[in-house]
Formats: sequence, C-alpha cells, structure tokens
Amino acid sequence: MRKNVWKSVSLLLIALCIVITGCSSDNKEKTNAGTDGGANTASDGEIKVGILHSLSGTMAISEVSVKEAEMMAIDEINAKGGVLGKKLVPVVEDGASDWPTFAEKARKLISEDGVATVFGGWTSASRKAMLPVFEELNGLLWYPVQYEGLEASPNIFYTGATTNQQIVPAVTWLLQNRGKTFFLLGSDYVFPRTANKIIKEQLKAEGGELVGEEYTPLGHTDYATIISKIKAAKPDVVFNTLNGDSNVAFFKQLKDAGITAKDMTTLSVSVAEEEIRGIGVDVLEGHLAAWNYYQSTDTPENKTFVENYKKKYGADRVTADPIEAGYDAVYLWAAAVEKAGSTDVAKVKEAAKGLEWDAPEGKIKIDGDNQHIYKTVRIGEVQADGQFKELWNSGDPVKPDPYLKGYDWAGSLSAGN
Amino acid sequence: MDVIVLQLFNGFSVSSILLLIALGLAITFGLMKVINMAHGELIMIGAYSAYVVQNLFLSYMPSSMFNWYFIAAIPFSFIVAFLIGLLLEATLIRFLYGRPLDSLLATWGIGLMLQQLARTIFGAPNVGVTSPSWLNGGMTIMGDVVLPYKRLFIIALVCLCLVAMYVYIYRSHSGRRMRAVMQNREMAACLGISTRRVDAMTFAIGSGIAGIAGCALTLMGPIGPSIGTYYIVDAFMVVVLGGVGKLIGTVFGALGIGLSNTVFEYWTTASLGKVLVFLCIVAFLQWKPMGLVAMRSRSLD
Repeated sequence: MRKNVWKSVSLLLIALCIVITGCSSDNKEKTNAGTDGGANTASDGEIKVGILHSLSGTMAISEVSVKEAEMMAIDEINAKGGVLGKKLVPVVEDGASDWPTFAEKARKLISEDGVATVFGGWTSASRKAMLPVFEELNGLLWYPVQYEGLEASPNIFYTGATTNQQIVPAVTWLLQNRGKTFFLLGSDYVFPRTANKIIKEQLKAEGGELVGEEYTPLGHTDYATIISKIKAAKPDVVFNTLNGDSNVAFFKQLKDAGITAKDMTTLSVSVAEEEIRGIGVDVLEGHLAAWNYYQSTDTPENKTFVENYKKKYGADRVTADPIEAGYDAVYLWAAAVEKAGSTDVAKVKEAAKGLEWDAPEGKIKIDGDNQHIYKTVRIGEVQADGQFKELWNSGDPVKPDPYLKGYDWAGSLSAGN
Repeated sequence: MDVIVLQLFNGFSVSSILLLIALGLAITFGLMKVINMAHGELIMIGAYSAYVVQNLFLSYMPSSMFNWYFIAAIPFSFIVAFLIGLLLEATLIRFLYGRPLDSLLATWGIGLMLQQLARTIFGAPNVGVTSPSWLNGGMTIMGDVVLPYKRLFIIALVCLCLVAMYVYIYRSHSGRRMRAVMQNREMAACLGISTRRVDAMTFAIGSGIAGIAGCALTLMGPIGPSIGTYYIVDAFMVVVLGGVGKLIGTVFGALGIGLSNTVFEYWTTASLGKVLVFLCIVAFLQWKPMGLVAMRSRSLD
C-alpha cells in the first residue's frame, strides 16, 4: 500500500507537469497577429484598454480591489464623455497569481485585443514577467504598487512608490523618532530582500544598528520562533516587509507573546486599510505603516473618491494606497492621451512628461525621466477604528529616484547588484 | 535558559498545531486511503464557520455573551465540516475507493471549487475573527517566558480530540466496525456490517475534525479562501512520517516535525529550517519507508 501511495504521488506530479506545459503551449500559438501593438485602437468611437490582475489564486485578496478601482475610474471617465470623445472599453483578464500567465495574457491583450494600454500587476514577479512582453511589442503598462525600485522600463509607468518615497524616508524617521536598533523581518522573495539590502546600507550610513534579519516563506503561519528571536534581540524597531497572510499570523502571535505597540515599534510597508480588516484592529492598534495615501488623507478629491468607491462597492469597503494608485493610473493615462490627441504609445509617453493631476493623495506629477510619480510620503499609526492617523508627512511630493542616485550610501546598490 | 524553555514550549505548540491539522487526515488518508487534497479546504470551512458564529453572536446576542462565541464555534465548525464531508463522500468519494490517483485529482478539484465558493460568499480579502478576551495574554513563568493562553488552549484542545478519537476508534462499537471495514472490507461485509454507512461516517468524522482544526487556527493565523493550501503539505507530511494507518504514529510524527522545526528554525532561519526538516524526513523515509509506526497487517496489498 505504501508503494501505491508513492506511485500515485509521482503520477500526479507528472500529470501536473503535463497540465502546466499544456496550458502554456496552448497560449503561445496565438502570438503572431498584430505585433505593432498599442496603437491600433478599436473602431466606432471606442478605445479598448486592458486590465490584468489576479482575480483568482493567492494574490486575488489584494488585486481584486485594485481592479475595481480601475473599473470605477473608467466608468467615471466614460460618464464624462470618454477620452478624445471615445468610450473606454475595458478588457479584463485574470493573471491567476501565476507569473507566466501574466506574460501570456499581456501578450494576448496587446496582440489580439489591440488594447491602447494595460493597467495591471501587483507582485514584482508579475511585473518582471510582463516587462519583456511590453518592451518587445511596444505596449504600455501602468503598474500601481509600491515596489523595490532599481528599475525604469520605457514601457512601464510606475504609479506606486519607489523606495525613496516609502522605505528610505521611513527608516530616517524611525531613526530620529523611535530608536537605533533595527530587526528586519520579511517574506522570502525579491521585494523584501532588495528592500532590506537598501535598509542595511542606510542604517550603516545614518548610524543605525542591525540586530537581526529574518525571512519566512510566503504563507508561513507560525512565528513563535521568530518572536523568541526578536525578544532576545530586543530591537527598538521591527521593520516588517512580510507580505500577504503571514502578516495576520505574525501580528496575532506577537500580541499573544505579550508585545504590544507600546513595548516595541513595528513599521510595515505592506499593511494597508484592507489588510487591517483581515488581521483585526485589536492586534494592530498602535503599529505603524508607511504609504503615500490613507483612506483618512484629508483632501477634497479623496472625500469624493472614498464616497464613490463605497457607493459602488459597498459601505463596508475601504480604500488603500494601491487601490488609489490604480485609480490614479487610469486618470493619468487618460489625461496624457487627451494631451497627445492620440493613443499612440510614443506620443502618450511624450505627453505624459511632467503631467500633473490632483489625485486623492494630493498633487502628483509624472517624472519624465523614469516614468515614476512624484508622491508625498506619509507615516501612519493604526487607530481603533481601523483607519490610520498620519504621524508625519514629507510635505511636498518627493521626486522618485528608483536607483537611489541621490543617496551617497546607495552607490553599491545602483551599480547593478 | 529562558530561551530554551520558551523554545521547548514553542516546539510543543507547533507540534500541537500540526497534530490538529493532521488528525482529520489521519482518518481520511490514514485509515481510508483516500488521498484527500480537499482536507485543507475543510480546515478553511471550519475557520469560516468560526467567523460566521462570531458574526451571529455580534448581531443576535447580548455583548456580554460575545466572549463565549468560541465555545459555540467549535462544535458548529465540526458539524458544518462533518455535513460537507458527508455530502462529499456520498456524491464523489465513494466512487473512488481503491483508486488513489483518481481520488487525488478529484479531491484537488473539489478543493479548488470550495476555495472559489468561499471567495464568492465571503469575498476575496481575508476576514477577521476577534479572539475571545479570556484567551488574550499569557501565563508568565520565570521572568521573560510568556506562555500565550491561545497556544495552551490549542494544546488542550488537541489532547481532548485525541482522547475522543481514541475512545471512538478503539473503545466503541462503531469504532470497532470502522476498523474492521478498513482492515478487511469483504470479510466485514460478510459479517453483516454496512460498509457504506461506515465509510460515510468515517469520512465525515475526519472532515469534522478538520473543521475543528480550522476553528482553532483562527486564533493564530489568517482566515481567507486559500488558507487550506498553507496547511495541506504539513498535514500529509505528518501522516506519512508517522506511518499511515496508526493514530499514535500521527502523534509522533507531529512531535518529531514540530520539535525539530523549532530547533532548526532557531539555529538557522525559517526557510532553511524548513528545508532541513524536509531533508530529515526524506532521509528517514528512505531508511524506514513505512514511517515511525508501521501498521502490522496480514492483508496483502
């Protein structure tokens, strides 16, 4: 019987491999048509735009809301008469939390559907998978999530924060206000590892001290041992780059171990309003996060945005930084197209340089050099109602610097390693 | 010294959680030989049941009663998962006995369907469950060592489940019938045991225990549509290491993995610790392919 089990397990593995290769080769055959891409808009007063997020799989938790915000922006623009007098027609594809699928679907959107632009992606892995496709077919991608920097593709606009608009100022603020010893905790993949490499350089340069660094696999659910290590290291600050469900387990178990926000500061870069609901306010209260936008951000544009979002998707829904960045992306693209008078990728990129817009987070501006966005940095504290209270902001929007060229200590990082 | 005590406790705590998620599988996979890939989703159903009970208490009960919702949630999770297990067995699993590969693929599909169902009903984002206040905090022994009540509670719950299962399987009439059917189906049928009923009951109980595990895990971890996938590999690992078919083997399997994982994780890192545990398991199974506790059986298969 033992033998049977192993036999069937290995048979399953083979079956899985066949299924996976079957799926991907299935899609590859369709890539011949329309390789000039991007420019060919649909006829009859319509412009097709692609939306490519994970609507199933583990990332659906986060990406579904971004998709909804993008759809809302498209509806709003259509209600006001569309772009260049044409209606926007969204073509929605599911990336299924699987990076090769993102690449295949991006190819399909550009080549077959002939979309003018694509809004999509969340994880860095999905962006890295799509990047060569957009560069090869000269498409246009709007990527809405904060990320680890060290990238500037001519075919991607980055509407989320790069490191110098989130992590770097947060570390500086923590060093000045909360203490010198840092414990770095992150999920084991590209974003946390790159982010922590930057933080370590910065700590060296700005007089901080690293007392521990730990990575856990995505989906890790038991933090007992890590918490013992944190207790032994006694840091002033835990800088948390965990992603997804692990945050729930970490914060619940941290509280049970008798550590609250009063005893030790934690600052997270992947915990926003949406995640607070899943983790539970009772365990998160008092902990910090760094973003460019909170639902509580006080601007007239944000008031309307939050109202409309809740009206459309339910009063119990919350907005968050990536949701807002996805919403901004659609408006920025629409404004660039209006200015260019065309959806041609080269013309839109030219028109987008220096474009300004009053976003819910305040005034934002596209940087012509690296196609990132000038954004205001905000550090917030979780309140009992599940919202953030802003403790500090950078005042003016910060110029994006994905390669951290403006920081002396970051020399070795931007040199390409 | 503090650290050693704390890590020892953590090791037992991790073991208890592993045991809890593996107990149901020890029945459906261990006894019935159904490679039940939907086991993780039954855990997920248990977790969402706890969430539903919490919301019911919030809306219909006086707030003074709220702290006791968790006590109601445990049997409720068991019943919901039990009924879904019963339904699964009647509509699908019973056609797949003795066909491990088919049952593996079919239950995997069921798992995906259940995940999507949860996503449709409760939405894609995680939901929050507030732990009852009597489980907050912990017991302080010697200085810096805090034993969280939730972890102690889970250890107690696992012991309770174990005792209940032991009594049911080894000391009750229906348990004896169950063992008879699992050991020699034809002979049991000849002796007048309704194998259909025993199969249905056994699978449903295994599912119900997965439901309890899900309910308890809301104290420690996330509650979302795909949480089952985090636990399924560990659950199989425990059952296979312990030796398929023996309850006591599952207990040793969980202790072995839990304790070694904690030690390795403390010495190295979380990722490397897990790799080392897997390596040890692979090496061990090379040496003893039947697992820690081999079932002696005269049947040829």
